[in-house]
Amino acid sequence: MSEFLQYVLSGTTVGAVYALIALGFTLIYNASTVVNFAQGEFVMIGGMVTAFLFAAGTPLWLAAPTAIVVAAIVGILLNKLAIEPARGASVISLIVITIGASIFLRGLAGIVFDKQIHRFPAFTGEDPIAVFGATILPQGLWVLGGGAAVLVGLYLFLTRSIVGKAVMATANNRLAAKLVGINTNSMMTLSFGLSAAIGALAGVLATPITLVAYDVGVGMALKGFAAAMLGGMGSPVGAIVGGLLLGLIEAMTAGYLSSEYKDAVAFIVILIVLFVMPSGLFGPRSVERV
Amino acid sequence: MLSVRNLRSRYGRIEALCGIDLDVEDGEIVTVIGANGAGKSTLLRCLSGVQPASAGTVEFAGQTITKMPAHRRVARGLAQTPEGRQIFTTLSVEDNLRLGAYVHDDDRYEKDRDAAFDMFPVLKEKRDQIAGSLSGGQQQMLAIARALMSRPKCLLLDEPSMGLAPILVTQVLEAVKSLRSVGVTLLLVEQNAFAALSIADRGYVMEVGQITMAGPAGELISDPRIRKAYLGL
Repeated sequence: MSEFLQYVLSGTTVGAVYALIALGFTLIYNASTVVNFAQGEFVMIGGMVTAFLFAAGTPLWLAAPTAIVVAAIVGILLNKLAIEPARGASVISLIVITIGASIFLRGLAGIVFDKQIHRFPAFTGEDPIAVFGATILPQGLWVLGGGAAVLVGLYLFLTRSIVGKAVMATANNRLAAKLVGINTNSMMTLSFGLSAAIGALAGVLATPITLVAYDVGVGMALKGFAAAMLGGMGSPVGAIVGGLLLGLIEAMTAGYLSSEYKDAVAFIVILIVLFVMPSGLFGPRSVERV
Repeated sequence: MLSVRNLRSRYGRIEALCGIDLDVEDGEIVTVIGANGAGKSTLLRCLSGVQPASAGTVEFAGQTITKMPAHRRVARGLAQTPEGRQIFTTLSVEDNLRLGAYVHDDDRYEKDRDAAFDMFPVLKEKRDQIAGSLSGGQQQMLAIARALMSRPKCLLLDEPSMGLAPILVTQVLEAVKSLRSVGVTLLLVEQNAFAALSIADRGYVMEVGQITMAGPAGELISDPRIRKAYLGL
């Protein structure tokens, strides 16, 4: 029993990270129908910038927000320099552009930083906390709390604020959004910035547990993509549920089968979703009244 | 109010507007009638700035807006109720109206919303419902109400009667006609030529990207060519 609980705790922690990445996919997908495969690089930037600033003597409370801002700027530049000029191109071309951007960012990180593995200390101590015979790291609680805070904040932003509603409106009907006076390009910029910031936050929160290097982005993007697919691309709730589920399935697979298969889980999930229910658990069932 | 000179627009190699000249004066209801594919919707899309013009000029309220981005035209008072309604199906009725007032960052929203509810009481009943669950006629009313929330000087209406039952056509067009009394100038595009001409002051007939006839609505409605081609009489 305590073994099972242990898998649940570690699965949820990892799952919260996947959920944040999936949320980033969802935001950009909704604003632009682009699946942004550079999403994992934001996670890497969050972790790497924090690690290097910390190593240079910056306190964590300053290094982490700086890293998130840097990632947001990179996200906005990605949109301005690579996505916006290609507006009107097919979705496939846009996705290929994001893959190219991801390779570019990874290479750049390898030069600007280095190719070593880095970490910085957990925010509040490294001693595991015992929970009914299982343990969770204090940093795990930070990951879960950070994930929950982002979720609540994003929900309030999208449903209560007029700008958030404008983001939702742009996602729902781009033409109509323009015709009520919404600057849809700004909404794209906002979505890329926000989604990069959320990805970077995931990197900041997870690095003390999972470590970071210039090339962790690919894996993160694939896990986040699998989570978003499982939950249903475009659904914020789906992103959260998909992320947590994927984390749990991974932890169970690693625990009861073999940790060798852990990374295969994400790909098996993608395949099953595509075969059985392409719109995912909470994906839009496109019903429209004419 | 609105002055269009030699307006051209193309989809790839196909020219959809081949030099349109058109004027709408303050307080007028002007209609553009024509068959499906004549370019009427393209004309409105160009006027709203969601379709680029390849040549010509659009002047609105004394200012050239030919190159102005769409969202800034709305802020200047040129709104559109697009073809096929295009409401925000996943948002509530009230949120649709709130977004209609997106360009106005002030406290008149509630007053304007209540005015919209007075004009279309059914929207008040359904204010918290998801807009996609409304019937076609209700969606059309919501689309018109949403456009009015931006307090337009001039409203472009694209096929407000499309897909509606005859009784609703009358109801929607009565609502459209009543907009004149609140000081909104109207440019109405319709396939339903008879309905459009019966509420308009002047009309233009459009065929394959060109204006082929123009005149007071009363004259057009009794013109034998119009009666034969568009009214089926």
